[in-house]
Parts: sequence; structure tokens; C-alpha cells
Amino acid sequence: MEYFSIFVKGIFVENMIFAYFLGMCSYLAVSKTVKTAVGLGFAVIFVLGITVPINYLLEEFVLKEGALTWIDPSYSTIDLSFLSFIMFIAVIASIVQLVEMIVEKFAPALYGALGIFLPLIAVNCSILGGALFMQERQYPTIGEATVFGLGSGVGWWLAIVAIAAIREKIRYSHVPAPLKGLGITFIITGLMGMAFMSFMGIEI
Amino acid sequence: MSTEVKEIKKTSEPLFSKKNRKLLSDPLNDSNPITVQVLGICSALAITVQVQQAVIMSLSVLFVMIGGNVIVSLLRNRIPDRIRIIVQLVIIAALVIIVNEVLKAFLPDISEKLSVFVGLIITNCIIMGRLEAFALGNKPGPSFLDAIGNAMGYAWILVAVAVVREIIGSGAISLPGMGQVKFIPSSWFIAEGGLYENNNLFILPPMALVVVGIIIWIQRSRNTKLIEEN
Repeated sequence: MEYFSIFVKGIFVENMIFAYFLGMCSYLAVSKTVKTAVGLGFAVIFVLGITVPINYLLEEFVLKEGALTWIDPSYSTIDLSFLSFIMFIAVIASIVQLVEMIVEKFAPALYGALGIFLPLIAVNCSILGGALFMQERQYPTIGEATVFGLGSGVGWWLAIVAIAAIREKIRYSHVPAPLKGLGITFIITGLMGMAFMSFMGIEI
Repeated sequence: MSTEVKEIKKTSEPLFSKKNRKLLSDPLNDSNPITVQVLGICSALAITVQVQQAVIMSLSVLFVMIGGNVIVSLLRNRIPDRIRIIVQLVIIAALVIIVNEVLKAFLPDISEKLSVFVGLIITNCIIMGRLEAFALGNKPGPSFLDAIGNAMGYAWILVAVAVVREIIGSGAISLPGMGQVKFIPSSWFIAEGGLYENNNLFILPPMALVVVGIIIWIQRSRNTKLIEEN
């Protein structure tokens, strides 16, 4: 039940896009068609699902104050948390490079479609944001941290697929010419954000 | 022989040639990082509640972009293609730590307000995007100008959004040394017997998106070649 609650919260209540506005750059740029949006969304779920538990282990066994006691009890006063930013980003960047190589090798069509945005997953704020929220909320077990990572990934996927579907439809509407494309996407996202604000405060 | 002469001419190109001036002026309008290239949106949304936060954020981004672009441009022939992302991120992270420490030492109150978002400069895609798209393939001089141009293009959007949000959301702009500069006379407010009330919705994140959308609308109706087909 605890896992389910964290998962649903990550998707709806604490949605990465609509509640924290993390990962907006790739969200806006790769949401022109549903197909590429689904691809990028799955890439984000995958990367979040891997990096959050790895960063959790890093936090528990290396960075936290007293985390190094498993090596020697005399290390209990060492606090390396000032290194957490650079450690998290290094882990994220190496995982993303790995995913990039795998996608380039096994799914060249997807690689061509995602273009520059696959390397940019490394600087997708939602990935680093996921690691920092995990650190801030102090999940008691690695299972809960993983479920949180997957849940926020699914929330991000939902947001980008929803906006991509709206953008595919809006192509046939009479939007004022200067507002076409990016402008109307911003305003629709703002409206969706207001709608998602109504999920805040829900307890499961 | 003739090709050699051409190449020599190329290397002695002046820093402020027509092509290089374009690097500075293009990002302000035609290839603006936020409204055209769609990079660096997260921070534009999060820290535009107050003008002074937006200004400090823009200066930090300016510093990190110049440093990152020049360093990566100097190292561009030595960075192996496969691990370039990690190398770039380490360079950016080191520069962001410098910015963070300087802000903590000299502007502690603003640093406290910005805290998380100074760290999130690391993941600001405008910096990574320019490193990938420009600094990896160009000499340090043009990369330096490209960094200044893009940081300025980023800054004016940020400040414009912050001005709109702070005036409509709080009725006044707080500036260091000048206190609150009021734009709405206090006699207009309902509490003073008027009919005006601050629109608190503008403090919330969704309105940042709408304000950016409206800025894009204005920009593209004046600069019609930016209008998208679909």
C-alpha cells in the first residue's frame, strides 16, 4: 500500500512537469508528435528508474553523515553531503551516455528522431530533480526510492504524451499565426498546470 | 597555394567581424535561447517571481556560460566524443560551485532565496545546449561571444517575465538599496478604499508559462519570420 501511494503521488500529486516544472526544455521541444514523445517519455522513465536507486545507494553508503561507518566505525563523523551535486550528476551523465549508446545501436530510428535531446536527458532537470527530491524526502528503503523514481517518470511520460496529443490536434485549429507552435504550447501547459494544481493536497 | 592563403586569412579574422557581431546580436531576437531555441525554461519559470532574483540568476548564468564555453572550446580537440557529456558536466558543475560559494559569501540573503536554483544551473539546458551546438566546433573567441550573446538573450526574457509577474503579483518591485518601488498607488487597493487587488495567481508557477507564451506572441507578431508553419 505504501508503494502504491508513492507511485500515484509521483504521477498525479507531485507531477514533475505540472507541480515542479522540471524537465520543461525537452518537454516543449520533443512534444510535436505523440510517437517521439512516447519514446522520450520511456527514456525518462528508464533513466529515472535506474538513477534514483543508484543515487540512493550512493547517498546511504557514501554521502550521508555517518554513512561511511560500514568501512570503519571511526568514520562516523564524516559528512560528505556537500559532494552530492557533483556525484549525482556524474552518475546521471554516465547512465545517460550508456542509454545513448544502447539506443544508437539497437534502435537507430528512435535515435534519429530524438536527435540532440537524448544527450540532453543528462541535463533534463527532472532527472537531477528526482535524485534531489529522493535525498530531501529520505525514503526509508531502496524499494520506496525506486518506486518514487518510476512514479515520477510515469508522471513525466503522461505529461509529455498529453501535450503531444493536444499539439497534434491543435494543428488543425485556427491559432493566431504568431502564437502557433511554441507560444500556444506554453499557454496550454500553463492551463494544464492550473488543472493539475487541483490534485495537490490529496491523501491516499 | 591559394587555399593556404585563404586559411591564413581565416585565422586572422578580427574578433568583431560582421559574422562575430551576429553571434552577439542573434540570440537577443532571431535565435533567442528561451523563445526560439527552447532551452533553459525550468529556471525561467521558477525564479521569475522577483526581479532581483532574476538579475542575479542571469549574472550567474552569464559567468557559467562564458567559463564553460571558453574552457570546452579550448579542450574541444582533446575531449573524446564518447565521454563528452561527462566532461562538460564536470566543467559546468565546478563553475556552478564557484558561483554558489561567491553568492554565499557576498550576497547571503539572495543566495538563500535562490539556493536550489543556483545548483540547478548545472542542469540548465541552455548551457549544455550551447556547449554541444557551438563550443565543441568553434574557436575560443567566437565561443566567448556566443556565450555572452546567449546569456544576454536569456537574461532579457527572464527580467521581462519577472517585471510583469512582480508588478501584477505584488504591485511593487523590490530593488536592493531602494526598497520597494511601488507601481500601483496604495490608495487604489481595496484595503485603502479603492477597487484594486494584487493578482496572487501571478506568483504561482502556471502564470510564468502564460507570461512567456504572451512574450513569444508579441515577439513573433513583430518578427514575422519566426512564425512556425504548424
